[in-house]
Amino acid sequence: MLYRENGQFKTSYRADQQIFPIAQDRVVMALLLVFALAVVPLVMPEYFFRAVLIPFLILSLAALGLNILVGYCGQISLGTGAFMAVGAYAAYNFQVRIEGMPLIVSLLMGGVCATVVGVLFGIPSLRIKGLYLAVATLAAQFFIDWSFLRIKWFTNDSSSGSVSVAGMNVFGLPIDTPVQKYLFCLAFLIVFGLLAKNLVRGHIGREWMAIRDMDVAAAVIGIRPVYAKLSAFAVSSFIVGVAGALWGFVHLGSWEPAAFNIDRSFQLLFMVIIGGLGSIMGSFFGAAFIVVLPIVLDNLPYWFGIPIDTALAAHLTYMIFGALIVFFLIVEPHGLARLWSTAKEKLRLWPFPH
Amino acid sequence: MGFFLETLFGGLMAGMLYSLIALGFVLIFKASGVFNFAQGAMVLFAALAMARFSEWFPKLLALDSKLLANLLAIVAAMLLMVVVAWVIERLVLGKLVNQEGVTLLMATLGIAYFLDGLGQTLFGNAIYKIDIGLPKDPLFLMESTFQGGILVSKEDLYAAAIAGVLVAALSLFFQKTATGRALRAVADDHQAAQSIGIPLSRIWVIVWSIAGFVALVAGIIWGSKLGVQFSLSLVALKALPVVILGGLTSVPGAILGGLIIGVGEKLSEVYIGPMFGGGIEIWFAYVLALVFLLVRPQGLFGEKIIDRV
Repeated sequence: MLYRENGQFKTSYRADQQIFPIAQDRVVMALLLVFALAVVPLVMPEYFFRAVLIPFLILSLAALGLNILVGYCGQISLGTGAFMAVGAYAAYNFQVRIEGMPLIVSLLMGGVCATVVGVLFGIPSLRIKGLYLAVATLAAQFFIDWSFLRIKWFTNDSSSGSVSVAGMNVFGLPIDTPVQKYLFCLAFLIVFGLLAKNLVRGHIGREWMAIRDMDVAAAVIGIRPVYAKLSAFAVSSFIVGVAGALWGFVHLGSWEPAAFNIDRSFQLLFMVIIGGLGSIMGSFFGAAFIVVLPIVLDNLPYWFGIPIDTALAAHLTYMIFGALIVFFLIVEPHGLARLWSTAKEKLRLWPFPH
Repeated sequence: MGFFLETLFGGLMAGMLYSLIALGFVLIFKASGVFNFAQGAMVLFAALAMARFSEWFPKLLALDSKLLANLLAIVAAMLLMVVVAWVIERLVLGKLVNQEGVTLLMATLGIAYFLDGLGQTLFGNAIYKIDIGLPKDPLFLMESTFQGGILVSKEDLYAAAIAGVLVAALSLFFQKTATGRALRAVADDHQAAQSIGIPLSRIWVIVWSIAGFVALVAGIIWGSKLGVQFSLSLVALKALPVVILGGLTSVPGAILGGLIIGVGEKLSEVYIGPMFGGGIEIWFAYVLALVFLLVRPQGLFGEKIIDRV
């Protein structure tokens, strides 16, 4: 009943091809946006912004980028953390080396640098695939981690090896408080979310999916694997790079290469798997799940009054992540996003099952 | 010259240990086409089990003999690895038959996380010692030729010998026994093997058990050298470029790849590293493997599968 589509006729191609063809979806999305933009900043406690919302927004942006590569184009990458690092350090360098550089421009330039590096490490994907590509991207991870640790120029010769940014502002508006940071990240996420959604449903996205599903057949029908793969790497790394820059600038404030180590890459891959491979919505679900789960696991024992020590909680988190990955791969390879669409199917007929 | 040889030797020894871990990868890939990312977690799990068992058994059973305690611990750890292999086959691989390689790879990532967590939950997360009586004292070779001789750790020599015996035993097992033949049949063609009556699931349990055994040996050797702790799980990341270099399906490839990477890493760190600020060990193996991949994707001894992209 809730999702009844009776009477929703489309009389133009435009209407038929919009992102949310069903009226209810548009309403829900509009309400969600109003809620996120207007209600959340007013009601949530400050801790919640810092610990949950800001990481969630930035990591979903990164997961979105990774999902384009892994979910839509089928090129597995274990080096996402490194591309985030490139974004963060490049943005940092633009910010400190060029006087009066606007914040948004330097964040985007971080993304551009990540694109260049991403395409560079994506070139092996033209010759190798699957498992081998995973190793190639691991090479990127280790090499880039090392260069930000050892090559002093990247960190502006900082003696401690960590870099920091302060006093950010956009068009004269400061970005200091958690609420301002939240809104800043949300704006990025909305823009990039729309961008990604439109890319994947356009001809470029279809090329990616064709390459993912069967590269030989795709080549036969005239899709150039070189362009499809490298464009997937480029778009993915750009988004990931901007997410990395945001992670460094907005969330961390000061950071060192360890913030973007291989664990971050795995974490993002897990988000994509659990959320749903090849689904924009899935990236958000996955990020929410993986950001919230450790916090819940940390606090759950206290809510029930059973104290467990933090080390055990950390190990349990590991085990649950591992078990969930396997569970989702076996039972629901399309992740939480598929559960959501199943729920929508049910809601069409609800409360009558037939 | 003496210093060069010493570095070379150190590299060979480290490489031998990389080979041991790489061997686990190769065995599993050969018999099931699964790129097993969990090999490192298995090494950690096996080593943790062995370290803790050898601590617990003497207390529980009032054993005096260290040898007996160690033997019991090894047997118990091995049994545990067989159980792990069985559970993995039952719960994961059995359900993912015929899936793409990438899906299986991600599944083994899940297994790796699970095993890392489980091992540390069960056995604790401190640094544990494994003492199987390998001699610790250094050995000086060729003292007459070079001033000061070449410093070699005796422990490393034993480790290399153990690794060598293991490889020989595995090769014999693969070539001469009926089970070994069955394994090779499965590796060549799952369906054909199944149709002549080779039980796929049992074969997989056997392969994962053998990989568990190799992991145990690698864990014991690494553990007795450096202690058992979480970082052991990360050492296995070094074994990935080794298998790429050697070829995913080749046992000798794993050995040779390990040696090349071990030596290359040490030599480059000592002779090229200072130019870049050091620490290039971290990525040297990967970049070497990456360059190699572009030239010869199947590795040194791998089977050439024609697969045009």
